[in-house]
Amino acid sequence: MKLLSDTTVLLQKELQAEFRSHELLTTASIFILIVIVLFSFTFDPTSAESKQFGPGLLWLAFLFSASLMLQPSFLKERTNDTLSALRLAVGDPFAIFLAKLCANTVFLLITQLLLLLVFGVFFNVSVLPIFPKLALVFFLGSLGISTTGTALSAVSSQARMREVLLPILLLPLLVPVLIPSAEATRALFEPEHALRWDWLGILIAFDVVFLTALWLFGEYLLEE
Amino acid sequence: MTRTVVYTLLVCVLMGVSAYAAFYVAPTEATMGLVQRIFYLHAPSGMTSLAAFLVSFVGSVMFLLTRKPRWDWLAVSSAEVGVAFCTVVLLTGPIWAHPAWGVWWAWDARLTSTLVLWLLYVAFLILRTMIEDADRRAVVSAFFGVFAFLDVPLVYGSIWWWRTQHPQPVVFTSAALDPMMRKVFYLSWLSLMCLMAQLIRQRYELEASREELRALEQELEAR
Repeated sequence: MKLLSDTTVLLQKELQAEFRSHELLTTASIFILIVIVLFSFTFDPTSAESKQFGPGLLWLAFLFSASLMLQPSFLKERTNDTLSALRLAVGDPFAIFLAKLCANTVFLLITQLLLLLVFGVFFNVSVLPIFPKLALVFFLGSLGISTTGTALSAVSSQARMREVLLPILLLPLLVPVLIPSAEATRALFEPEHALRWDWLGILIAFDVVFLTALWLFGEYLLEE
Repeated sequence: MTRTVVYTLLVCVLMGVSAYAAFYVAPTEATMGLVQRIFYLHAPSGMTSLAAFLVSFVGSVMFLLTRKPRWDWLAVSSAEVGVAFCTVVLLTGPIWAHPAWGVWWAWDARLTSTLVLWLLYVAFLILRTMIEDADRRAVVSAFFGVFAFLDVPLVYGSIWWWRTQHPQPVVFTSAALDPMMRKVFYLSWLSLMCLMAQLIRQRYELEASREELRALEQELEAR
């Protein structure tokens, strides 16, 4: 129970800090937009190809932006020297991770939903009829990205060259998120709009495995 | 010291015997011919690298639980050796693929997942060079070591689902494999596992000496 109340308070703090400044959301959205525009030069965006390659490119753009967005998650606590205060404030250090990864999932989802609409217009894909199913895929994918990303942000914040290090650590680890998310999204873009539970199963397994690992071993990362 | 020499010699003899067996004892494969013999190095190397990564995972978990530096030494030693074996797999794969498939590289399930595995553990080794403080480095890299190993089955599963055109493993399941081929295969695997153990042992001792040196230097500074 204490874990839940601690997490709620910390989550509020994370959300409030972001919604006051909007720094992360604005820059990340613009970044994904730039990536999508640049991708469109590599093939003809109005053709049938866009339905085939679009989902993969969309998720690749999300992954790249996530590796930038998740960077400040722990870095700001280190530069402001607030990590020890956070540790003293909570009973279970997992609450810090839980709050941050929930906040990061929310941020990722907001940017993804914004960009999904832009993507729909640019690549001539109607996203509204499949929106509830897409939301499920996006939620499971974003949860996986933010769980591993938040943990690795705590890892990279303790190292040199952290800006380069986080993508190097995170992106290969996220292969089991990229493939199922992109494939499930592609299946939704097809005429049958099928929800592929085999792919969602891999996403759920990824989320469960890494949430458990973070719960078991996360506190070691927060030692001073 | 003498023990190291004896172990090294034993491994060398075993490697020599299995190389001889792979070239002269095992029968030539009917369709692929001579090039198939690289299989006695390629596939056992892959299995050996997975074994080394498993040892590294055990080292990481045990370090996090006990905080004894020797577990960290074991984790880094076996990760390095695992990357070396994984590199062998990635180099011998294309040598076999070019005559057999007509291309150096195909994005098939096993090749791709082995490449991702290699990237994960190279990232692990890079991470270790980026943290000065030895205690922090041990904790942080052990954590990443756990994450990397947990990712392995998921990487294999998702890429497997995604595509496969690799020759399916016949060693364990199919009766179609020639009994002599199977024996040579297991001999090669045994010799590579012994090589792995010896390399990890040497690397571990190097790490232990480094630690000793560091302690002595600190002592000297304190005087």
